[in-house]
Amino acid sequence: MEKMSRVTTALGSNAISGRTMFCHLDAPANAISVCRDATQVVVAGRNIFKIYALEEEQFVEKLNLRVGRKPSLNFSCADVMWHQMEENLLATAATNGAVVTWNLGKPSRNKQDQLFTEHKRTVNKVCFHPTEVYMLLSGSQDGFMKCFDLRKKESVSTFSGQSESVRDVQFSMKDYFTFAASFENGNVQLWDIRRPDRYERMFTAHTGPVFCCDWHPDDRGWLATGGRDKMVKVWDMTTNRAKEIYCVQTIASVARVKWRPERKFHLATCSMMVDHNIYVWDIRRPFIPFATFEEHKDVTTGIVWRHQHDPHFLLSGSKDSTLYQHMFKDATRPVDKANPEGLCFGLLGDLAFAAKESLITSDANRKPYPGGDRRYPMFFFKKPDPTEQFAHVSSALSVFETDLDSHRMDWFVKTAQLYLLSGKPFAELCDHNAKVAQELKRPQVSTTWTMLRIMFSDPANLATPGPNHNLGKLGTLPLMNSFSLKELGSGMGAESRLERSKGESRQDNIHLEPGNSYISNNEENEETEGSEGHPEYMFGDAELDDDDLYSMEHDNQTEEQEYTLPQEAFQLRHEIVDNPSAPEHLQQDKADSPHVSGNEAEVTCLTPIESFSLISISQPLFSPHLPASFFCPIVREMLSYYAEQGDVQMAVSVLIVLGDRIRKEIDDLTQEHWYMSYIDLLQRFELWNVSNEVIKLSTCSAITCLNQTSTTLHINCSNCKRPMSNKGWICDRYEHCGTVSLRCMC
Amino acid sequence: MEVQDQESVGRWDRLGSRDPSSRADAIENICQEVMRKVETIGPIPPVAPLSLASGSPPGNDLNDILAHVLMLSRRCPFEDVRERCSQLLRNIQDLGIRIPRPLGNGPSRFIPEKEILQISKVDSRTQSIFEDAFAALGRLDNISLVMGFHPQYLESFLRTQHYLLQMDGPLPLHYRHYIGIMAAARHQCSYLVNLHVNDFLQVGGDPKWLNGLFEAPQKLQQLGELNKILAHRPWLLTKEHIEGLLKAEEHSWSLAELIHAVVLLTHYHSLASFTFGCGITPEIHCDGGHTFRPPSLSQYCVCDIANGNGHANHHDDLLGNQDMCGEVEVLMERMKQLQECRDDEEASQEEMATRFEREKTESMLVVTSEDEESAPPRDISRHFEDPSYGYKDFSRRGEQVPTFRAQDYSWEDHGFSLVNRLYPDVGQMLDEKFHMVYNLTYNTMATHKDVDTSMLRRAIWNYIHCMFGIRYDDYDYGEINQLLDRSFKIYIKTIVCSPEKTTKRMYESFWRQFQHSEKVHVNLLLMEARMQAELLYALRAITRYMT
Repeated sequence: MEKMSRVTTALGSNAISGRTMFCHLDAPANAISVCRDATQVVVAGRNIFKIYALEEEQFVEKLNLRVGRKPSLNFSCADVMWHQMEENLLATAATNGAVVTWNLGKPSRNKQDQLFTEHKRTVNKVCFHPTEVYMLLSGSQDGFMKCFDLRKKESVSTFSGQSESVRDVQFSMKDYFTFAASFENGNVQLWDIRRPDRYERMFTAHTGPVFCCDWHPDDRGWLATGGRDKMVKVWDMTTNRAKEIYCVQTIASVARVKWRPERKFHLATCSMMVDHNIYVWDIRRPFIPFATFEEHKDVTTGIVWRHQHDPHFLLSGSKDSTLYQHMFKDATRPVDKANPEGLCFGLLGDLAFAAKESLITSDANRKPYPGGDRRYPMFFFKKPDPTEQFAHVSSALSVFETDLDSHRMDWFVKTAQLYLLSGKPFAELCDHNAKVAQELKRPQVSTTWTMLRIMFSDPANLATPGPNHNLGKLGTLPLMNSFSLKELGSGMGAESRLERSKGESRQDNIHLEPGNSYISNNEENEETEGSEGHPEYMFGDAELDDDDLYSMEHDNQTEEQEYTLPQEAFQLRHEIVDNPSAPEHLQQDKADSPHVSGNEAEVTCLTPIESFSLISISQPLFSPHLPASFFCPIVREMLSYYAEQGDVQMAVSVLIVLGDRIRKEIDDLTQEHWYMSYIDLLQRFELWNVSNEVIKLSTCSAITCLNQTSTTLHINCSNCKRPMSNKGWICDRYEHCGTVSLRCMC
Repeated sequence: MEVQDQESVGRWDRLGSRDPSSRADAIENICQEVMRKVETIGPIPPVAPLSLASGSPPGNDLNDILAHVLMLSRRCPFEDVRERCSQLLRNIQDLGIRIPRPLGNGPSRFIPEKEILQISKVDSRTQSIFEDAFAALGRLDNISLVMGFHPQYLESFLRTQHYLLQMDGPLPLHYRHYIGIMAAARHQCSYLVNLHVNDFLQVGGDPKWLNGLFEAPQKLQQLGELNKILAHRPWLLTKEHIEGLLKAEEHSWSLAELIHAVVLLTHYHSLASFTFGCGITPEIHCDGGHTFRPPSLSQYCVCDIANGNGHANHHDDLLGNQDMCGEVEVLMERMKQLQECRDDEEASQEEMATRFEREKTESMLVVTSEDEESAPPRDISRHFEDPSYGYKDFSRRGEQVPTFRAQDYSWEDHGFSLVNRLYPDVGQMLDEKFHMVYNLTYNTMATHKDVDTSMLRRAIWNYIHCMFGIRYDDYDYGEINQLLDRSFKIYIKTIVCSPEKTTKRMYESFWRQFQHSEKVHVNLLLMEARMQAELLYALRAITRYMT
């Protein structure tokens, strides 16, 4: 910054001073231009054509060129240019196809000098020759460029763009005879002013119209072009074929581009749609603008550097009817806001960290983290360039590996694959998921599932099927209910903090264990159809009862989604079945292993009689009409807890399984956030099926629409590997049938 | 039921294959299935119930299939399928089953069937486009057949339409078809409505919505107002309308969705123009496209006979030629004059402005038709509200609408960027389509070759934009008066503003010596110019909302 002010003063005698300032125009501007000594600026638009003097503190209106009772369309300007040699001479391009010159030296009020109506369509651009006083060039929508000698009444030569509309014409700063023209079809042509019969060179610069081009003021070979395709490209024209040497990707179509004086690599751009800012880019750093001016409220239509040797003042006109002078030192510097440190987690918990060299080197000698056993420092150097105003940043990249055992994510993958989220009655889902968690040695999660099942299974309905009828198979059901009461009793009084219930739930867990394995075994049998293992159960019968039972419950909860979703799209994995179909006692053993149950070994001997007695004890406390919603606050707290602990998997899974029971308790944004995080994780582990199922089951509209995008299937020919885009299954090239054997998968 | 539906969908799909043997397989399957159905039903008693008379009674599965087979026998671009289908129908008829026959002649009421259908036989490119279209949709609709006169354009058109309806986009599939129905219904275009009702149901749309807009979700209902304004008076669209749609709490539209909807609406408004302008007849397999009633004399309506298949027509043409001899030559002469005398008579700027105003005002006064004002059929009018709201001439009634300056908001500079930003690729496709239609020329006029028609095309394009109040600074609207005669103006005005009132007479009375393909070309210009005009107003409103 200090450097800049030094340069300003270095300009010497005709040093310009000023500040960021603006003035209101009466109408939107289409283009602006300054006179050579940078003291005046002309603003032109459909309904405005004025000259302002640039003073220290403000703009002062000097002259209104739009005179006459009913101004004609000749005043409706698409472009304006002030002659850089002759300070009284201006030229405008009118939307009706006229090219008009203005002589400020005229004594009369109307300064119009010459009028050329040779173009049939709108003239998009006029350009004076940088050194020749009487030479004016115009480019029009009608596909022609015309060169005028201002001493004559007609154009002296016409250049044909083969009926492609001309968007910009620019005389080369250094080559006397050369000018560049840019076209609506994406081409750029180079012409020799003496040879109107054909262009010297043509190349395709952009897809879609090239709205603007600008020769580098010092480097004779460089031409910058800007297009509707949102790119700014810099071409080296000295070689035989125009070579793209720099490319800047902006966020909107590029309407104007202007090289910054005295800064070899800087150029300013503005857009004609959507984006109102003016950007100054360092073309060597195309990813982030060097400086931004954000004053305008509507699109910027004209930009010009105030003086051809002063890089610190930029003038701009806009559709918001303002004219601005921007001081470079007041510009926003996006780089300052950018975070120069980068941090990224690898899939398996590795951590990469890039930061400024200086930050890292201070502690380079010590081993920073015990877990990180290796570091890979990498350094990026740039050759220092005196003209450059960047801080020279070199960054060090460190990678920290986790030790393999403590942070393995296997449980995550397994859990994601094994969890059931829909397609079964609520209670079964919970039990299943509890079992999955149990097998993965995550007792707390397992217990949570079990508790959820207890909390939200509607006891009133469970009672209906009759007393003895499911005792054989589902004898544990009432049992669990009894526990819910007990849990409730303690939970109600105290504030049932999660930690607390954690402690207690371990106990429950053990009690319930037999039941869990019992049920899951049933599931196995249902799925394997064979039902070899347990001939004593009457499946037909029992299942029916089951369904009755749960469908009732389901009706009450109006939870349609879980059941109506078709299953065939996502064939749930069969690991459930294929897993060691351990005999019952084996699983029990596992469940009772001290690792899980801790020190409470005695609970294994809990007998059915005892539990029945529990029922009888708790029965009086039990109010059968206690609504499930009673638990909602607790569950909500629990979900947030899991999410904050980083186990967003649990939060989302519970959210889906509980469905409407809990959905309204949690605000949509949080839900969406959880879903997004979980889906992101799943996708990083390439668990596409699971992630898709989650997307499908989610109720947030923002999530469900995720799998409705990018559903295109691109097909390549199996013989020649070319894409078969437009001809169905026939390859363009060989006219053969591109597929050997392909069946429609729909 | 569900299984059946899927089965029946899959049944037709494979016919679009390019591999002859897999087509043969597919058709064989269909034959077997039809035969099986026929056997289970048994021969229908010779005295068929009257309810069979028009269309197919609901629930009669076989009849639907037969109608589809009939359509294939006529419209399928693959010769082998056509033959096998005809054969199948004959076989069934021999079994004593009543088979359908097409109503009307050919895809258009205005253009002889022969002329349309022989295109594909001549031009291999058209043939291949037809095959693509058939493969993608399982049908070749009458619109595509008529557009087949201009294969380059057709390709671009189908690609865009396919993208809008089937490919990546912010709106769900059934919404897209429903919006298509809403838009077409604004012009009471039963052809498009029927077509998309079928598609809508096929992609799983809720049949209840078809009872009327009030049954559709709130979100779609809100689109009704935009639909109405865009279709008839797009210049009234303001950023408040846009804001209303985007900020409606839970029913609000996202910007991307809105752009998608706007493109669909304008696409179908203008497609309705084309449908009426070319007199497109109902699809054979849709309601009103076929009948099971045996042909009888009374069935031939006059228009069918006069439609070009009869003998009377030739006579007519000859007469017309004699009457209007020289019309084309006069037009060409004028174009030549305009080209030459351009610089001589330099009209003052004021004069230019008045010329635009005059053309604009005059276009309002062109009476579209005797106000026969037939109430729209019930089943179509239910898709939109406020059927009385129509195109209003904005110079009359003291309505002052500021002229839209094309240079200040053009498709190339502004509209494109906005669309492409919010609905990637579609901007590109529309851009290509506009470009294509604007530059389409064969350098012929009627029988004359090597004619530069750019002036005429520009006049037509700008005249349509002029009707919408869009003014080009660099155009002399006096040219329109020279190049477009009154009957042509009436036709344009009708097609663009109230297409449902188009009559065969209008179609015939303009440019009498020109070929049908040239008249279709005109219709393409009308359609695209209208679409662009509506889009410009909609996009400008959206841009204003955004800034």
